[in-house]
Amino acid sequence: MRRTRWNAPGLKIGIAALTLALTATACGGDDGDADADAGDSGSGSGDLTPVSLQLQWVAQAQFAGYYAAVEQGFYEDEGLDVTIAEGGPDIVPQDVLAAGDVDYAISWVPKVLGSIEQGAGITDVAQIFERSATTQISFKDKGITSPADLKGKNVGSWGFGNEWELFAGMQDAGVGLKDIELVQQAFDMNAFLAGDIDAAQAMTYNEYAQVLETVNPDTGELYQPDDLNVIDWNDVGTAMLQDAIWASSDRLSDEAYAEQTVAFIKASIKGWAFVRDDPQAGADAVTAAGSQLGTSHQLWMTNEINKLIWPSTDGVGMIDEAAWDQTVDIALNTENETGATIITEPPPESAYTNEYVEQALEELRDEGVDVDGADFSPIEVTLNEGGN
Amino acid sequence: MRRSLRAVLLGVLGVALVAALWDLYKAFGPEDGVLVGERTLVLPRATDLAMPHTWEMVQRLFEPATGLPGAPTALGAVVDAAGFTLGIAARGWLVGVTVGLLLALLMTRFKTAESGLLPWVVLSQTVPLIAIAPLVRRWGAQVEIGSFSWENEHSVALIAAYLAFFPVSIGALRGLKSPARTHLELMHAYGVGWWRTLLTLRLPASVPFLLPALRLAAASAVIGSVVAEVSIGLRGGIGRMVVEYAQSAGGDPAKAWAPIFGAVAVGLVAAGAVGLLTLALKPFRLTETS
Repeated sequence: MRRTRWNAPGLKIGIAALTLALTATACGGDDGDADADAGDSGSGSGDLTPVSLQLQWVAQAQFAGYYAAVEQGFYEDEGLDVTIAEGGPDIVPQDVLAAGDVDYAISWVPKVLGSIEQGAGITDVAQIFERSATTQISFKDKGITSPADLKGKNVGSWGFGNEWELFAGMQDAGVGLKDIELVQQAFDMNAFLAGDIDAAQAMTYNEYAQVLETVNPDTGELYQPDDLNVIDWNDVGTAMLQDAIWASSDRLSDEAYAEQTVAFIKASIKGWAFVRDDPQAGADAVTAAGSQLGTSHQLWMTNEINKLIWPSTDGVGMIDEAAWDQTVDIALNTENETGATIITEPPPESAYTNEYVEQALEELRDEGVDVDGADFSPIEVTLNEGGN
Repeated sequence: MRRSLRAVLLGVLGVALVAALWDLYKAFGPEDGVLVGERTLVLPRATDLAMPHTWEMVQRLFEPATGLPGAPTALGAVVDAAGFTLGIAARGWLVGVTVGLLLALLMTRFKTAESGLLPWVVLSQTVPLIAIAPLVRRWGAQVEIGSFSWENEHSVALIAAYLAFFPVSIGALRGLKSPARTHLELMHAYGVGWWRTLLTLRLPASVPFLLPALRLAAASAVIGSVVAEVSIGLRGGIGRMVVEYAQSAGGDPAKAWAPIFGAVAVGLVAAGAVGLLTLALKPFRLTETS
């Protein structure tokens, strides 16, 4: 050891560095707290029941009804203090619910069916989306207008349970997975725009709009719906049920939770009715909750989501047996690239019930809330470049 | 002073070189990239979509992040997010370094601890981050001690720490064991105890090994924070921003790059902070090579 004495200037700088690190830490803490507070919804009044809802993705208009219900105080009216937990790529809402970390979760039916077969005790208590938003889009010049045309093409899919309607549609048309080149799709549509993917998976409310927000280099204008062919799985007949409210099966036998479930569904549907009647306010509620999506994109999404819900055949949230059976049938009989199906045997009785949504709808109808939206008509949304 | 001026100049030159290369490739590179076989892209496409001009990316930073009235500029949003991520990474780094050092001490003190722990330390880094992130979040959700309740950002910091502790424990262990046998025997002959040997011989000797480990830990903590933010779905940081801005990659290609610059900035600041720390430990840097 030649010289182990601490030299003064070095020490000072070191201490400065340490202070800096600690300050950063402290700042981070403050920011985080502020963020957590923002996530809470008016927890002022003491007699509200705290309820948490797990979304399956980040805040966006896909969940506008719930955000609107928080903002408009619909949950509070029902005695609930609802906290919305956003999702992420690795968050599986049904697992979070099954683990007992939240009271309710939003997820797609086919994704949950697999979890139920693996032992998750959860129940679809309200089927909010009646229609599927998943499509397979392609540029007109590729000539892909039906699932049969996918043969020999580069077909994009996100995987992770988003692929089943596509696979079922192909299977019905006699196109095997060996007949196509399955391409893993990213969060953006660049692979599609660059031509790496001939037919890309696109939600009507998101990726489809992303393409329409992009300038077509040939015309110098935004891409138009006329430039695209859309395979809509609702039309093909392989649509599966998407966003539903899931509750814990075990806890439903507890009266307080059952009552709370009715109240939660009721206020949520009220939120969706609000979004139907004022899409702009619905979009603003989501943006206010911290969504980073552009303004026109957010409104587009709100409008497209409305189309998935309204008009409602039996009242929002009612689970149509035929649609449920179609979803289960596809889940049982469609094989993915490894030859696996979502489920190997039909789901248990407890997988869905209309008991709670019926009560909620009855109360809403008594209050004069339009839960059918029979005369619903979507608005016209003009997308701007980049969705801004 | 002249040397530091030179360093700054070289740094600026380096950035300018990357920017120039980018735009040169964009200007002269093949529009459709270079394909090997049918699907393997070896050189990137040079379209505006795939490679926006560097000045467009910079320009985009100073435009509003969204079309909302009163929206901050993209730069403002990125700086906020970067600060948030940096805070989490700093916490993760501190915890990781502490744990790593303690483990290294334990393994130096007890031979059994070394043979028992070291394989686990190595094994710990083979667990994929995306597998542990949701688990950590779920466990965390059940933690509530008094008024302290576990937030998602704590989970992210924990994951950052999980990545950061590894290089420190390995580096410190090597460093603590680095004194020559003759030195150790000399201490022994003087009748100096283990703790005193640690303070006067082993710790100073470990510094050259520790410094690169601390830098590695800082990088790991930043990466861990960004990835875990995405995984867990924590809002406010760079990770979430990367995913959210990627949605506009088609319509507004330059925007998607803004959070990436933010991530780079976080990494640089983290590395810089550790660099300052090294200055304090300079007297001990006898043989550092990195």
